Amino acid sequence: MAWKTINRQESVVDADAPSALSEAVREKIRSFFPRYETKRAVLLPALWIVQNTNGHVSHQAMVEIADLLEIHPSDVLDTLSFYTHFWTHPKGKKVVTVCRSLSCELMGGADVLAEVKKQLGIDEHGTSADGQYSLVTEECLACCDHAPCMIINEKTHKHLRPADVAGILADESNDRLAIPRSDLFDAPLGAVEGSGESASVDRVIGSTSDVDEMRDAD
Amino acid sequence: MGKFEPVLTRNVGVPHSTDLKVYELRGGYRGVRKALKMTPEELIDEVKDANLRGRGGAGFPAGVKWSFLPKDRTTTYLCVNADESEPPTFCNRVLMEHDPHQLVEGIIIAAYATQSQVAYIYLRGEFHEQFHVLQKAVDEAYASGYLGQGVFGSDYSLDVYLHRGAGAYVCGEETGLIESLEGKRGWPRIKPPFPAIEGLFRKPTVVNNVETLSCLPHIIERGASWFTSIGPPHSAGPKLFCISGPVNRPGCYEETMEITVRELIERDDLGGGMLPGKKVKGVLPGGASMGALTADELDMKMDFDDPRKYGLLGLGTAAAVVFDEDTDIRLVLRNLARFYGTESCGQCTQCREGTSWMYKIALRIEEGAGRLEDLDILLETARNMGMMPGLSICGLPDGATYPIETIVKKFRSELEAAIRAQPPGRAQEMLRVLN
Ligand SMILES: Cc1cc2nc3c(=O)[nH]c(=O)nc-3n(C[C@H](O)[C@H](O)[C@H](O)COP(=O)(O)O)c2cc1C
Ligand code: SF4
Ligand code: FES
Repeated sequence: MAWKTINRQESVVDADAPSALSEAVREKIRSFFPRYETKRAVLLPALWIVQNTNGHVSHQAMVEIADLLEIHPSDVLDTLSFYTHFWTHPKGKKVVTVCRSLSCELMGGADVLAEVKKQLGIDEHGTSADGQYSLVTEECLACCDHAPCMIINEKTHKHLRPADVAGILADESNDRLAIPRSDLFDAPLGAVEGSGESASVDRVIGSTSDVDEMRDAD
Repeated sequence: MGKFEPVLTRNVGVPHSTDLKVYELRGGYRGVRKALKMTPEELIDEVKDANLRGRGGAGFPAGVKWSFLPKDRTTTYLCVNADESEPPTFCNRVLMEHDPHQLVEGIIIAAYATQSQVAYIYLRGEFHEQFHVLQKAVDEAYASGYLGQGVFGSDYSLDVYLHRGAGAYVCGEETGLIESLEGKRGWPRIKPPFPAIEGLFRKPTVVNNVETLSCLPHIIERGASWFTSIGPPHSAGPKLFCISGPVNRPGCYEETMEITVRELIERDDLGGGMLPGKKVKGVLPGGASMGALTADELDMKMDFDDPRKYGLLGLGTAAAVVFDEDTDIRLVLRNLARFYGTESCGQCTQCREGTSWMYKIALRIEEGAGRLEDLDILLETARNMGMMPGLSICGLPDGATYPIETIVKKFRSELEAAIRAQPPGRAQEMLRVLN
């Protein structure tokens, strides 16, 4: 397993780096201000907006969001780290979220997850070497009538069987919704060229679950 | 008794049911027009008379909740709880996907009755498709003058905004939801003060579930007595039931609260029976957090009162998941224990530690390294972490203990047999490796 540690010797925010938030992103965040009594309440929308355009929310971006919302950067990290959907380091262009709750597991969800891992060659929280896919598991996706299921970026895939997985992963449009989208939030397309952020995925992060650890202890 | 005619799901399956025009052609936005001609007090009384009990899990009467708002308030907020994270619940998703305007109409009625100026719909982060469907419905309603300045030409104004969560079960708890809306971690607040007194941005706030609000247009249009005429006395009105697991027709169905768990599983127009060759071993009838029933307890009524007689916490979300005879009960125990272990927000020590102990123990039992005394340790942990003894800030640990406790108690012989069948020394060996 290729573990990479994060370098904490150097400052995580480079004062001379180009801005992580483009003017368009800032404007989009500001457009949410009239909706709430406080600017802080715009934090979750802001994190979504930044993650959707930059692929993840870097420390630099957190500092700039804090500035925009007039709160402390640690407030941004405090909130961000509570929620499972936000990434502080680059992820794949598409995030595969496999359901692991009871209805899905009863209907064969564990086999589907194993097949996704095999096809992508990564474990949970890992990112494929080509930077296309990251894999996570989540609790119930509120789609148990179609168990087992998973979400790729915005699109839900239902009634999965392990044999379907390879075909779904090979499909270009496996993350697109078939219905008209509201433009309030952009589609999460992962790393986009041209934003100030370094969006390349330069490491493969492997990780094992406690279940694997126990099984390996034999 | 005549066949029950669906109300909440009457538009499900109708082509273009999400369009405002289709909704209106099928009788939509009539209830709200009537409501706006009444006074807020009359509306609250009507909803009280209907005894509309909250569909989010707690079953608290909506009209009574609204009447807790202080009389002298200036700002009021309505929060719509569309977080739907309780496994295996998906009825709010169905309502939003197929009939978003019914929800919007319900929101306007509730907001007018509570004199709220702004309503926020808090959607869980995974609801992508539902977000776009609902946002389009809200946009349509604004364009038609049903939202914004002077709704339906009255002098009442209302703004509705969607707010997206980002993955945390506890944000479905009403004060966790409020904290999350304020841009903070979703840590539930100590109550009192309750949201009706001090909620979002410290202002009086009402939190209601999607299904609760979707009932309102029908109550106003047809009257409280119509609503109370459906179903058993204390569990009035149409109700959505979810069923999932190895059944022929997993799905979301509308019925009265007279049905039993057995009917939900077996009836041809509901669950449609077990998949070929499968037999029921047990059911979690009210969402994961209410506890489990054995195959002998399927005559439980799916209403607000009967579940207590079977040792369950309540009706919950009325979402049943069935597990069959071939399923190892240890898998069910571990899957449920993990859910609460990862979703506890960590504020209260006994909830944070208790849920993760239970997960570790359940995982060890599943991996064939359990000890007989582990079952008593699970029960003892469960007894000491809930809100019932008054130790915790929110209801999550109660929801965590009921499934664990009922499974350990009701399926104890199977668990003991599995532990006895383990290779000798396995538990000691595993404890040595893990510690
Ligand atoms: C841990 C926890 C999670 C909850 N999750 C939800 C949820 O996802 N959706 C919901 O409507 N209510 C949920 N509730 C219940 C809410 O706190 C609240 O009772 C409900 O939204 C009130 O709406 P109602 O009166 O219309 O049912 C949850 C409660 C707890 C303790
Ligand atoms: S009881 Fe558990 S989930 Fe609720 S506030 Fe305390 S730690 Fe958080
Ligand atoms: S259990 Fe997988 S979607 Fe609900």
